[in-house]
Amino acid sequence: MNGSVTDGSVVGRGNAAGAQLFRDWFQGLSSAAEQGRGAAYVFVMGSLAELLRVFDFPIVFPEINSLQSAVRRVAHEYLNEAESYGYSPDICGYVKADVATQLRGGAHPMGKIPRPALAICTNACNTYIKWGEIWERMYGVPVFTLDVPGSRGAGLASPRGSDDFELDRRYVEAQLGELIALCERVSGRRFDVDRLREHLGHANGLSAGWQRVLELNRSRPAVFNALSDGTIYLGVANGFRGTPEGAAFFRDLVDEMAYKAEHGIGTAIEEQWRLIFVGVPCYPIFRRFSELFTDWGGVFVNSTYLRFASGGANLGFAYDLARPLESLAEGVLLGVRHAMDSMFFQTEALAEMIDTHAADGVVYHPIKSCRTVSTGLADTRRAVMALRDVPSLFVESDMMDRRVVSEAQMKNRIDAFFEGLAARRHQATAS
Amino acid sequence: MAYAAGVDVGSTQTKAIVVDEARRIVGRSLADTGANVMRAADAAFREALASGDLREEEVEFVVGTGYGRYKVTFGNAQVTEISCHARGAVHLFPRTRTVLDMGGQDTKAIRVAPTGEIVDFCMNDKCAAGTGRFLGAAAVALELPLAELGPTALRGERAVKISTTCTVFAESEVLSWLGKGKKIEDILLGVHESIAARSIGLLRRVGIEQEVTFTGGVTKNRAMVETLNRRLGLTVNVSDESHFIGAIGAALFALDRIAAGRAPAGPARERA
Repeated sequence: MNGSVTDGSVVGRGNAAGAQLFRDWFQGLSSAAEQGRGAAYVFVMGSLAELLRVFDFPIVFPEINSLQSAVRRVAHEYLNEAESYGYSPDICGYVKADVATQLRGGAHPMGKIPRPALAICTNACNTYIKWGEIWERMYGVPVFTLDVPGSRGAGLASPRGSDDFELDRRYVEAQLGELIALCERVSGRRFDVDRLREHLGHANGLSAGWQRVLELNRSRPAVFNALSDGTIYLGVANGFRGTPEGAAFFRDLVDEMAYKAEHGIGTAIEEQWRLIFVGVPCYPIFRRFSELFTDWGGVFVNSTYLRFASGGANLGFAYDLARPLESLAEGVLLGVRHAMDSMFFQTEALAEMIDTHAADGVVYHPIKSCRTVSTGLADTRRAVMALRDVPSLFVESDMMDRRVVSEAQMKNRIDAFFEGLAARRHQATAS
Repeated sequence: MAYAAGVDVGSTQTKAIVVDEARRIVGRSLADTGANVMRAADAAFREALASGDLREEEVEFVVGTGYGRYKVTFGNAQVTEISCHARGAVHLFPRTRTVLDMGGQDTKAIRVAPTGEIVDFCMNDKCAAGTGRFLGAAAVALELPLAELGPTALRGERAVKISTTCTVFAESEVLSWLGKGKKIEDILLGVHESIAARSIGLLRRVGIEQEVTFTGGVTKNRAMVETLNRRLGLTVNVSDESHFIGAIGAALFALDRIAAGRAPAGPARERA
C-alpha cells in the first residue's frame, strides 16, 4: 500500500476501471481497422507487446477476441461459421472464432478487429503456430515464431545464472534481433531503444503489481475472486502490458486490494470455502459458471490460469532498463517457461497454493477445445491428492463451445462437491 | 414418531421412500417420471405415504434428489443423488467403499470413506453410453422388453464386440450384427460387456476399493450384475432395495435434518 488510500472509495474500482480499459482498447482497435492500419497479432504467452509498441502496431490478441465472443454469448455463431467454412468441430474454439472474425472482415461484438500486418507466436502452444499459418495463407503476412528453449521441462531447464541459461538467453536475444528487423520492414519505422526502455518500465510496474495482487489474495476473506474478478485483471495484464495505463491500473489495484485486506473486506459473498481453479474458465456461461460456486459460498482464491494466461507476468520479473534487449530476452525466457510450467507441471505449484492460500478444495476444469491444457489434468489431480489431503472436483466443459456445456450436469457435480466439503467439515468439527 | 422422506426424481423413474426414526422403511413407491416432473414427484410421495398408511403432516422433513430434485416443490431441501447414493449404499452395506450407480441417463462411480463421506466421484460425460439408456436402445433395436434383456444375455456364449461409444449409433450397430446373422443372445451379451467396460472405467478413475455396491435401476438386470462381477473379479453388493438407494439416502439425510433441527445446507440462491 502506498499510503494514499484512506477510505473505502477504492473498493470495486479495479473491476470498473478494467472494464473501461477494455472498452477503450477495442475502440482503439476499431479506429485502427477503420483507418486500414495493420495490427500485430500476438498471443498471451510471450506477447512481446513491450517491443511491438515501439513500432506503434495496434496489438491484437486473437485469444482474447475469441473468449470475448463467448462471454458476449455469440461464440456459437462464429464457431458455426468456421465449421461451415470447413473447420472440424474438434479444432480449438479460439481458432475457429478468429477464423470467422476474419471471414466477417473483422466484425466482432466489441468492435472491429484490424487485419494483421504480422503475427508473432512462441512455441508455447502448438496451436499458435498452426493458427499463424492460417493468417499467412489468408493475408500473406509474415509470421514470426520465437523459439523459447526449455519451455517444457520443469526443473530441467537451465537455471538462471548458469552458463546454459546465458546461452539460452542469447539465443532468444538473437531471435529478437531478427524480429526487430522484421518489425522495421513491416512498419517502416526504425527501432528506438529509448522507447523500448520506456515500455519495459511500464511493464515492470504492471508485473510487480500483478504479483502483489495475487499475493494479497492470501487474505481471509479473499479480496477478489480469481475466477471472475481475476479474469478482468488478467485481461488488463495482457492488453495493456508495456503501457502507462496498464502500470497505473495495477498500481491502483494494489492499493485497492491492500485496503481490502487491511480492512477484512472480501468479495461480494460471504466466504465459506476457499478454492483453487485449474484450467481455462467456461466462458460461454461465464457468469453462471462462477455463480455455481459462489452460490455455495465458494470463492476462488487463486488460479493457474492467472499464471499461464498472463505469460508468467505473475513472476513480477523486473527488466533491467540499463540493458533493455538483453533483459527483455531474459524476461521472455523466464516468463514463457513459467507459463508453461504453470500449465504442464502444476503439481508442486498447486500444493504450494493450497498451503499459502489455505485452500479447502481444488477445481479442475478440462476443456474440449484445448487438449494441450487439459491432457495432463487427471494426472495432476492424482499427484496433488497424494501430496495434500484436500478434496478436488473434475468438471469438464469448454471455454468457447456451448454445445458441449451442460449446465445441469455441471451443477450436479458442483453441488455434490460442496456437499462433500460440508460433510468433511462437519466430520472434522464433530471429531 | 417422526417420519422423514426422500424423493428421487430420476430421468426415467421416480422413487419415494418414507422412514421412521429408527431408519426403518415404512412407505415406498416407484413410478415412471414422464414429462411432468413435478407431478411425478408429488404422486410418488403421496403413493409412498399411502403405502405406509401415513398422512402428509406426519412427515417432518422431505429431501428431494435426482435430476428433478428442484421440482420436489413440497420438499424441504435438495441433496444431489451422488451424496444420496453414497449415503444409501453405506446404510445398506456398511463396508461399502465404492459405489457404482447405473441409472437411466448417467452412471456414477463414487468412492466413500469409512465414515460415509464422499472421497471422490465421477460420472459419464455428456453422452449416455454406458448407462441404462444404452440398454433401452438395444431393447428397441431387438424388439425385446427391458426385463428380457438380462435373461436373454445370460444365454449368450460368444459376446459380439460393440465398438461404438454412442447410444444412438449402438442401435445401428446392433442391427448390423443381426444382419450378419449373429444370435440375439450374443449381441445382448456384447451390449452388457460394453456397458460394464465403460462403467469399470469410471470406477477405476475414482479407485476401486472393496466392498463395491451396485445401485440404480439396472441392478435388477442379472446379466449386468454377473458381467460386472466377472470383469471386476469380485462380487458387487446388490439388494432388493438397490433401485431405491438414492431415495433411501435422501430420506436418511432428511432424518439427519430433523435430528439437527437446523436449516438445510445448500446453494444460497436455491435456499432463498
